Amino acid sequence: MAAAVAALWAPRSWRATMHALTGLVVVAVTGVLLALWILDIVTLIYGSGAEAGLNAFYLVVAVLAPLPLLWWLGALGAVHRVRFRTGLGIEIPAPPRPPGRWPARVVRAWTGPTAWRQLGYLLLSLFIGLFGGIAVTACWSAPLVAATYPGGLPGRTPAMLVLVTAVFLAAPWVARAVASVDVRAARKLLGPSPAQQLELRVQALARSRADVVAAADAERRRIERDLHDGAQQRLMSLAMNLGMARTALGDDVPPAVRKVIEEAHEEAVEALAGLRELVRGLHPAVLNDRGLDAALSGVVARAPLPVRLQVDVAPRCAPSIEAIAYFMVSEALTNITRHARASRAEVIVTRDRDRLRVVVTDDGCGGACPDGGGTGLRGLAQRAAAVDGVLHVHSPAGGPTTITAELPCE
Amino acid sequence: MRVVIAEDSVLLRAGLTRLISDGGFDVVAAIGDGEELLRAVGEHRPGLVVVDVRMPPTHTDEGIQAALVIRRQYPDTAVMVLSQYVEESYAHDLLSTQTSAVGYLLKDRVAHVPDFLESLRRVATGGTVLDPEVVAQLVARRRSDPLDDLTPREQEVLRLMAEGRSNTGIAEALRVSHSAVEKYISNIFMKLDLPPTATEHRRVLAVLRYLRT
Repeated sequence: MAAAVAALWAPRSWRATMHALTGLVVVAVTGVLLALWILDIVTLIYGSGAEAGLNAFYLVVAVLAPLPLLWWLGALGAVHRVRFRTGLGIEIPAPPRPPGRWPARVVRAWTGPTAWRQLGYLLLSLFIGLFGGIAVTACWSAPLVAATYPGGLPGRTPAMLVLVTAVFLAAPWVARAVASVDVRAARKLLGPSPAQQLELRVQALARSRADVVAAADAERRRIERDLHDGAQQRLMSLAMNLGMARTALGDDVPPAVRKVIEEAHEEAVEALAGLRELVRGLHPAVLNDRGLDAALSGVVARAPLPVRLQVDVAPRCAPSIEAIAYFMVSEALTNITRHARASRAEVIVTRDRDRLRVVVTDDGCGGACPDGGGTGLRGLAQRAAAVDGVLHVHSPAGGPTTITAELPCE
Repeated sequence: MRVVIAEDSVLLRAGLTRLISDGGFDVVAAIGDGEELLRAVGEHRPGLVVVDVRMPPTHTDEGIQAALVIRRQYPDTAVMVLSQYVEESYAHDLLSTQTSAVGYLLKDRVAHVPDFLESLRRVATGGTVLDPEVVAQLVARRRSDPLDDLTPREQEVLRLMAEGRSNTGIAEALRVSHSAVEKYISNIFMKLDLPPTATEHRRVLAVLRYLRT
């Protein structure tokens, strides 16, 4: 009982009630327009004797009046969506707009499911709005009606009082039930269809994944720049100073001191080389500057086995794709060195319209498996998949192995 | 000899200036970007410019571009390009018009002071110095051409030639006799179809075969 009374004040009940009332307003406006239209048709049919000019006017109105619906259906849907958002705080997403321009867009909307589903909701909302609105209004106003009924309510009995009270107490629940039915109908018909929802979801996921890939790429570049401007310069300066110290050592320097300085110098030089490899592995500056061809020739040159390189990519691909292609070749060559026992390898990178093809072949022992752990091929497949690319591995036992990656260029 | 240094890192600029001064050169200017470098070269007319590849404003290949302009506008100025990374495509640009009095070294090499100073002198006197890594990249980069006929040993000799070594230097590096080196070199000239003219010139041409693929 307490819950029932509390519900009378609950914001949710009042929101539901407001929703029902606005629904009633929509019904009223629609009803007036509909009535005028029907009246027009009735007059056209039965209003014989009118002037020919007037008849023509009625005819034009009868035919043309529903036409704006073709265009404004979306706007009417939007009105309802605003009702749901402001009244109930429920977001009904708009179905995706059909592509194209004015006439084509309208035709597409009506040939696809979108427009018909919207129309379906508009018709359904008339019923829900009318009956729901009346029911909600009636419940809330039950005591008022009972009190002001002309001449007193027939049979002012306790049973009647109980009934009126019960109806009044039921008002919040009726309002909520009407709202919930309306929300369900709107979700089904006014929002995007399940297929469209899926499509929107896929689009959103693809976008966010591309953002993640781009962010990771940007982060690598940033780290590369930071190391280049910071640690690398300092280490370089250190190695240079030690080099100068080493050169300046006189003959009278104790051998122990000489040894320490020489070792420090050599270590600094080695650390510098190590850091350079690391930084280049993060993101080679030349890749930004000159593209895949220039960057890959460096990778190929550093490979411990002879590698033939052929790059034919014009125009250049998106930076993140270039980076992925670069790392794939780099990784593939590392794999070959580690596992394939190959004597030579070949790298071919070509662009075919909007696809970038990366083919890495070696004459090694074969038997590479993309699912196998530790071979790094899984990492390659993941990198390719992250941008909707694919990786094929052809590696029969005994070799040779061919790894083909196809990536979108943008 | 008068030297102009262009390096955007203040730390390295100071280090290079000291190192090169101590090596017996006269450093007349040390600056931080490519445009300033061209102004300084115009003003001081140095015998040698030591330039970093990656400098403001774009931090890509300013050094290479500046080097090309300098070699074209001031033929008497030798250029040594230093880079954090050695890239074959930069080397290709650098050597595409001129092969004398240019050098391209990894910055790490500066730390080996005597070798570095020797490289500077070689470039300043009209020689060519290429980093072993560049040469390795150039070798890796070749497509089908007469260089494929070279034996691994001959390729190695060619690589050492590209680094600017003399026959004696090559013989020392490979631990072979002087006459063996001469034999390799004449084989290289023959296989690359380089007619006997001035020997030094043929050496440069042989090295260039790496670049013009």
